[in-house]
Amino acid sequence: MKLIYKHHLFWPAAILIALLLFNFIYSPDFFSIVVRNGKLYGSLIDILNFGAPLMLVSIGMTLVIATKGIDLSVGSVVAISGALSCLIVSQAENQNSISVVLTAMGAALLLSIGLGLWNGLLVAKAGIQPIIATLILMVAGRGIAQLITSGQIITVNSDAYAFIGTKALLSLPVSIFVVALVLIIALIFTRKSAMGLFIESVGSNPEASRLAGIRSTIVILLVYICCGLCAGIAGLLVSSNVSSADGNNAGLWYELDAILAVVIGGTSLNGGRFYLMGTILGALIIQTLTTTIYMIGIPPEITLVVKACVVLIVCLIQSESFRRVLIQRWRTRHYPAEREVPKHVN
Amino acid sequence: MDKQPILEMCGIHKQFRGVKALSGVDFRLYPGEIHALMGENGAGKSTLIKVLTGVYGNDEGYVLLNNKKIQIKSPLEAQESGISTVYQEVNLCTNLTVAENIFIGREPKRWGRINWKEMNKRADQLLQERMNIKIDVTLPLHAFSVAIQQLVAIARALNVSAKVLILDEPTSSLDATEVKQLFSIMRKLQADGLAILFVTHFLDQVYEVSNRITILRNGSLIGEFKTEQLPKLELVSQMIGKDLNQLEQLPSKFSSSQFINNEIVAEAKQATRHGVIEPIDLVIRKGEVVGLAGLLGSGRTETARLFFAADEVDSGKIVLGSSNEKIDSPRKAIKHGTAFCSENRKAEGILDDLTVRENIIVALQAIRGWHKPISRKKQEEIADNYIKLLAIKTSSAEQLIKNLSGGNQQKVLLARWLLTNPQLLILDEPTRGIDVGAKTEIQRLVLDLSKEGKSVLFISSELEEVLRVSNRIAVLRDRKKIKELRDYDMSEHAIMKTIAGGDTDEINL
Repeated sequence: MKLIYKHHLFWPAAILIALLLFNFIYSPDFFSIVVRNGKLYGSLIDILNFGAPLMLVSIGMTLVIATKGIDLSVGSVVAISGALSCLIVSQAENQNSISVVLTAMGAALLLSIGLGLWNGLLVAKAGIQPIIATLILMVAGRGIAQLITSGQIITVNSDAYAFIGTKALLSLPVSIFVVALVLIIALIFTRKSAMGLFIESVGSNPEASRLAGIRSTIVILLVYICCGLCAGIAGLLVSSNVSSADGNNAGLWYELDAILAVVIGGTSLNGGRFYLMGTILGALIIQTLTTTIYMIGIPPEITLVVKACVVLIVCLIQSESFRRVLIQRWRTRHYPAEREVPKHVN
Repeated sequence: MDKQPILEMCGIHKQFRGVKALSGVDFRLYPGEIHALMGENGAGKSTLIKVLTGVYGNDEGYVLLNNKKIQIKSPLEAQESGISTVYQEVNLCTNLTVAENIFIGREPKRWGRINWKEMNKRADQLLQERMNIKIDVTLPLHAFSVAIQQLVAIARALNVSAKVLILDEPTSSLDATEVKQLFSIMRKLQADGLAILFVTHFLDQVYEVSNRITILRNGSLIGEFKTEQLPKLELVSQMIGKDLNQLEQLPSKFSSSQFINNEIVAEAKQATRHGVIEPIDLVIRKGEVVGLAGLLGSGRTETARLFFAADEVDSGKIVLGSSNEKIDSPRKAIKHGTAFCSENRKAEGILDDLTVRENIIVALQAIRGWHKPISRKKQEEIADNYIKLLAIKTSSAEQLIKNLSGGNQQKVLLARWLLTNPQLLILDEPTRGIDVGAKTEIQRLVLDLSKEGKSVLFISSELEEVLRVSNRIAVLRDRKKIKELRDYDMSEHAIMKTIAGGDTDEINL
């Protein structure tokens, strides 16, 4: 029992289950899944499908945060990647051609890798603090995305391009498979090779890692590249889902949601140990929360406030010192002493 | 003693998750005395201090201050009731001025704003009157040496009307003259009626400055002694609970002439780093233990770092083994069979968020590369093996290294490097902050390695230790190599003479 309680996934999982349970009590058909045209529909599927881009971005963010870094530019990279691939597809003669779509996606991902490399170079080689280094691309990236789209929303008319964002495979949305694939690759990359150890050791103590023979620079470059690539894939999903690219709004505030997902998942912003599965749970919590808020019909003007309150509660529950204070209060609680009723003196 | 103790701790018990850290420890401190608290690593010294300063609560027992029972719940409360502590690592803000550091959190205010003039004046006064040091208090702290920083930390502690001053390993990063300065200040404070609790691993210092000694072992009180009535040997055997003679027996070492024909493992050829070390020549042969002696700042650590390419040379070169490859990163040095244990264990050695197992295998894994992971099973085997071999005290290989005591962390780092099977092991202050027992173990290890044909570059501020293990000693002064001593020339006297550059009578180390 204690082992379960102590496990690093306990709190994220407990919170997610609590959220789902709340939904179930609120609307019992929350868990119902129906099959239509050989495709599954239902709230749970929606959460997975709409949460896919966030999960992808968060996977990359986890690796960066594990090295004591942070990447604020992921939202902009999402926009840039979507914009470039939509531009290439929209300019092709035959938008439905598989090769055009593949070229477009390949180009977008290459660009994302390049952007990740840029962040990595600024952090690892130029020695700029990660929050500032990636802030540059966060701001400039929106500009680049608009430059690519010429300030317009580019729409594409291509079934092939819409495949990854809207179609189904084995009656599940394709996006879920994309996330699963990236997650598995990330897990193998970090846990089956020694890369995870190197990332954690660089995050834990960069100088000691260098003296132990780890090439910190390369490790840092690599995590920023991974993060850029993950954001790029997320950008493809987002733009494919709506068959258009919006340089202004695609991926807006993703960086913040992703950082939140990582932290809820148990990875410390101080670097060191990281938990990819925890991050996935964190991203799912955020997505479930968003869905819940829409579903129970909270007026749009206060949705953000409600979200903030729930996030605050989630973070407090996760904080060990807060829990300890709470438990201590509970143990040493005292009730107001019963007042003696003065006797009537006649 | 006829006086009343100012501080009394009675029957203190403390457990951590079922492990007894302190069991029924009594401790008394009288005003106007310097009291040394002695014990091996893990004997419970730090725990006792942390209970006293409110970092930990105690499970049983009570604390009397001025004969009144007090409950200390936090370090702040301890300070307010007159118990001040200066910890081993200076925890001040080096980017703030000296005055700011002294008054941080309780700045003199006027109309809600900090009265800078008053603050600087009072800081200056405090340093001059109570500690006899005159420095510009408006300069940032990093402008001063570690020794001065240490003194500022003490001044900060004094500033809160302190009755009890706790100094936890204050001398571990100071050189001989700085220690002298610190001691004269401690004596002055003692004369002012302050009760000083002094924790150190240096036995000589205990005898130089303290009046009484309390010894702890394995969380229990062994006894309280007057310093002049307790011979040094007796102290050591009480601390470790073993007969010292048994420890003293180190394997005998070879004479330096035996190595003359051995191949060269590492060589510095006019290696220079501007402002850090002047051109230096040094040859290390196979199986040889070369000691580096000199005062703090004489270039010992800097020389060692050049051999490992932790810092790059500006001119000249370092040759490792027979290869002609340029060594420009620690990674390359490791690949050429060199290993380096930094003197700065915390900042440059341990990976504190990781487990003992991971800390041991990390260097080997690093040279194997990320794509050739050592299997988990193999890792566990290696870790368990070294934990046994070096007698590392840890609950398991999966324990986080930050939860280990200093000496055991050092052993984990040694394990990390032994695992890479180095031809040259550079040990920079490997026994700093380590108890006598572990110290001897490490010295023995060095001699064993030498027997196996491994070379060691050994640095320590304790001359006695350097003499014990080295076949040859290079003496450094003012960032230059002055002389090499070997065999019969090697003695404490000869080294000090070389360091002083002439007559040793002038300096009393």
